[in-house]
Amino acid sequence: MAMIDVENLSVTFGAKGARVRAVRGVSFAVARGESFGIVGESGSGKSTVLRALVGLAPVSGGQLALDGTPLVGRRPPEFYRRVQMVFQDPYASLHPRHTVDRVLSEPLAIHGFDDRETRIARALDDVGLGQGFRFRYPHQLSGGQRQRVAIARALILEPEVLLLDEPTSALDASIQAEVLNLLDRIRAERGLTYVLVSHDLAVVAHMCERLLVMQHGAAVEELTRDDLRRRAATQDYTRALLAASEGYRAAEEATP
Amino acid sequence: MTALLEVEDLRITFPTRSGPAEVVRGVSFSLGRERLGIVGESGSGKSQTGRAILGLTPPPGRATAKRLSFDGRDLRQATAAEWRGLRGRRISMVMQDPKFSLNPVMTIGRQLMEAGRRSARNGSEARSKALAMLEAVQIRDPDRVFHAYPHELSGGMGQRAMIAMMLITEPDLLIADEPTSALDVTVQIEVLRILDRLVRERGMGLIFISHDLRLVSSFCDRVLVMYAGRVVEEVRAGALGEAKHPYTQGLFNCLPRIEDDKRPLPTLERDAAWAG
Repeated sequence: MAMIDVENLSVTFGAKGARVRAVRGVSFAVARGESFGIVGESGSGKSTVLRALVGLAPVSGGQLALDGTPLVGRRPPEFYRRVQMVFQDPYASLHPRHTVDRVLSEPLAIHGFDDRETRIARALDDVGLGQGFRFRYPHQLSGGQRQRVAIARALILEPEVLLLDEPTSALDASIQAEVLNLLDRIRAERGLTYVLVSHDLAVVAHMCERLLVMQHGAAVEELTRDDLRRRAATQDYTRALLAASEGYRAAEEATP
Repeated sequence: MTALLEVEDLRITFPTRSGPAEVVRGVSFSLGRERLGIVGESGSGKSQTGRAILGLTPPPGRATAKRLSFDGRDLRQATAAEWRGLRGRRISMVMQDPKFSLNPVMTIGRQLMEAGRRSARNGSEARSKALAMLEAVQIRDPDRVFHAYPHELSGGMGQRAMIAMMLITEPDLLIADEPTSALDVTVQIEVLRILDRLVRERGMGLIFISHDLRLVSSFCDRVLVMYAGRVVEEVRAGALGEAKHPYTQGLFNCLPRIEDDKRPLPTLERDAAWAG
């Protein structure tokens, strides 16, 4: 049975007059322990799919299921024990006046975990920060360190599924490599299921075995990592993304 | 050929509570009518270098140089009036995000005409020039964009309008600070193509500042790699694989690639000696 099942998902924002159909009939399934990528440009609806999964976007059609259980309406607390999300901007997703300790204690308090001390210490070690960071404020951390705190916050409840929304696009290239390695290692150690959203084809190809290309709210095509390596894209849009990911080529000027 | 721009030993310092902090420490380069890339990570001093060329170092920061000359003129002693004659007319700058650099309450057309007013004899000439410029940056429907407000345009369109505005005075030098980082990859390539054509057709000099090593090396003629306020290496574009400096190599190798599967990705081991 698939860990995550998305069937014909539609998300519509706005009221009568100005409706925006952000996601239009997208379907995919992610097996337990798999890493699945969603690639697209801004406005393609890729982040909205993740937000719909965790109940942060108005679903107007289709079915969502986690491990066979349909997801409808407000998610129960147990859902968030199993599914956690890491957001794009580490500058915006941490409370500026809460210490790292407080950021990490909150989910533990909400879900009634015991031995918080050891759990916080372990979460900080897991993401490679260590105890020294425990009582710092976000402004005392670099972008990469903040994203590690956001990952620690997601991991502290020991979830089975991690939803990653552009986890490295606000970071420098060298820091991106460190965070990607961290995410890769944690998944290997704990057998987590990932859904990773990114505009960067190379990042998704590195992290995910299968991926879905989205454009204007609809699915363009689904590919495996090997398809991508062999450049076996069947759609023009995917080919354009592949070409763009290789950088600028003056020769392209001759084609149009 | 005399260089368009010559920079020697550029230093920029900001006072802090713990004494002056030098963010750019002795940068030297010269630029002809070519595409020069400046690459570095955040905090490397690449943007401050670009601003200093236009005399736009934000106070209380101070920029000093042994030599800073543009087309034979010494910029270090330039008066406010001289700067006004240079900025926008002979040297222009394109910033990262069109959302913050366009005036939100003026139509694109009015903003373009304001930029081009001094070089046009009358209103109708300014207008036709503005429309022609919008066409030059590959905007398909210049009339609509001319009458549109910035919020009515997509990011790619806004950035093209921004480039049009910077180029309407036909400058000799364009400084582009992350001009495509806020854009989607497919739009990014289109904007670069426009810049490329303008450099070749008008013989303009271009300084392209970016954090994206792969993009810059595929677009520019040569690339300066900055680290902690210094230029650690100059690389010929397309020859990144032959880069000598461990920082450049590290920066290039830590990027994930579609073709190969390096796991874990090589990370950058920083050496204190690089900053020295």
